[in-house]
Amino acid sequence: MSEGLSLYDYVGPVPRPSPASLPFWEAARGRRLLIQRSKKTGQFVFYPREISPFGPSDALEWVEVSGRGTVFAFTIAREPTAAHLAGKTPYVIAIVELQEGPHLTANILDCRVEDVSVGMPVEAVFVDISPERTLVQFRPAGAGA
Amino acid sequence: MTLRGQAAIVGLAEYQPRLYSKNATTLGMLADIGHRAIADAGFEPAEVDGLVTEGFTEAPFMAASTVAEYMGLRPAWADVVDHGGATSVAMVNRAAAAIAGGLCETVVCVTAARREERHPARAKVAASSSYKDRTPQGEFDVPYGASGAAFAYAMILNRYRLTYGGATARQLARIAVAQRYNAGANPEALFRDPLTIEEVEASPVVVDPIRKLDMSVQCAGAAALVVASAAKARSARQPAVSILGAGENHTHRSITWAPSLEDTAVKAAADRAFAMAGLRREDMDLRCIYDCYTSTVLISLEDAGFAPKGNGGDLVEERDLRWDGDFPLNTHGGQLSFGQAGIAGGMSLATEAARQLMGRADGRQVRDCGFAFVNGNGGVMSAQSALILGRER
Repeated sequence: MSEGLSLYDYVGPVPRPSPASLPFWEAARGRRLLIQRSKKTGQFVFYPREISPFGPSDALEWVEVSGRGTVFAFTIAREPTAAHLAGKTPYVIAIVELQEGPHLTANILDCRVEDVSVGMPVEAVFVDISPERTLVQFRPAGAGA
Repeated sequence: MTLRGQAAIVGLAEYQPRLYSKNATTLGMLADIGHRAIADAGFEPAEVDGLVTEGFTEAPFMAASTVAEYMGLRPAWADVVDHGGATSVAMVNRAAAAIAGGLCETVVCVTAARREERHPARAKVAASSSYKDRTPQGEFDVPYGASGAAFAYAMILNRYRLTYGGATARQLARIAVAQRYNAGANPEALFRDPLTIEEVEASPVVVDPIRKLDMSVQCAGAAALVVASAAKARSARQPAVSILGAGENHTHRSITWAPSLEDTAVKAAADRAFAMAGLRREDMDLRCIYDCYTSTVLISLEDAGFAPKGNGGDLVEERDLRWDGDFPLNTHGGQLSFGQAGIAGGMSLATEAARQLMGRADGRQVRDCGFAFVNGNGGVMSAQSALILGRER
C-alpha cells in the first residue's frame, strides 16, 4: 500500500544537534516548530545556523511558527534513496514551504503517494524516533486527529 | 605570465587561540571567521565572489558549497585545498591565480579547528568517525531519504514541468537514445547496444519521474588531462586545445536553499565562460553537457543558452544530437552510455571535447570541430563549471 504510514516507524540515522540547532530539536520534542528569523530582514532561516546567512551584522532569533505550509516540490521514491528506507517504498520526499516562508525537507505521511501535489496544504506532525529525538514530518492539512 | 602584483591581501581576522572550543562546529567557525575577515576588509559579503576552504571531516563532500551556503555567499569561484600544513599559504596563491585569470575578484580564504576536551578514558576513541557528515544536510535531509542526488533531480524536473511544461518523457528519451547511438561508435563505452525511445519510456521509475534509462550508471574508471601554458603547448605531442573561456557558479548545497529549482546555476557559469571567450552559442561545434540524468541535459542546454528557457524539449526534438547529426552532443556516449566512473565521469566530457578538437575521435569524429562547450555539474545542480575550448589553428 502507499499510505506512507510506515514512516511513523522510523529506523535510521538519528540526527545529532549542533549548538545552533539544539533549540529546534528540543522544541520538536515538545511538539512545537521553532524556526530562526533574521532580525535585519525579517526572513525566516532554516536550517538552524550559528550566524545569519545575511551577514554578521544580523542576528537570528527563535520564533514559534504555525507548522502549516504547502508542498513546494516533491518526488516519489519507488526505489529506496537511502539504506534506512529500504522496504518503505514508495514514499514521498518533499520540500515543504512553511506559511512563514522557509523551506524544509520532509516526507508526507498519512497520504497516498499518488495524492501528493505541489501546492497541497500540509501541517507538521511530530514523530518520536529515539528516546531523545523527534523528527518533524508533514501530513495533509486537516488529516488525522 | 606571473601572479606578481595581480592580487593583494586586504583584510584579515583571527580568533584568539584557546585550548578547547566549547560547543563549536567547524562550519560555524569557518563562516564566522570568514565574515570577520570580509568586514575587516571593509567589504559587504555580497562583494565576495570567491571562496577557498580547507576540507573538514564534518563535510566529507563538497566542502566549499557547504561553507558558501552557510556564509550566505554564492561565489563565482570556489575551491577546497587539502595540503596539510601547506594549505593556508597555498590558498592564497590559488586565490591570486583565480583573480589573475579573471574568474573572480574578491576571495575569502577560511580555516578553523574545533577541539573538544575529552575525558581521558575516551581519549582513544577516534573522534573523526563520529564527526563524519555533521553537516546541515546530514542532520535535516538524510533522515527523510533526501540523500544521494536522484531525489533532487526528480524534484527539479517536476518543478520544471510545472513551470514550463515540456521535458516530456519522449523528449528526455531522445537524449538517451542519441547518446546510446554515440556510444555505439565508441568501443570504450560501457553500453553500446542501440536503445529505442520505447525502451527508455518502459524502464522502471526510480524516483518519479526519473526512469532507470534516464540515469547514468556508476562504474569504475579513471581520466586525466594535462594543461600547459600556451608556450609549453608548442612542444607537446598533441595539437593544443586552447582554453578560451571558463566560468563557475556555486549557489547552494541543500536543495532547500536553491534560489530556484527550475532555473539553475548553469546559466551564470556558462555566461561567464562565453563572455571570457568572446564567442556565441552558435559558434560551438560540439556540446558536452553533464548528463547524470537526461533531464540534466535538457535543462542545462537551456540554461547554458542553447535554447530559450522552457524550449529545451523543442531543441532535442528539432535537432539531431548524434555525433554525425547537426547538433553533436556527448559524442562519446555521455555518462549515460559511456558510464560514470565517479568524478572521472565528468572528466570524460572534457576528454571527449579535447579528443574531438584534436581530431582524434576515430569512428565518431565531428567534422570541422573547431569549438566545444563543456560543462561540469555538481551537487543538486548547485555547483557549476563551464569551459569553452578551441582547436589549435
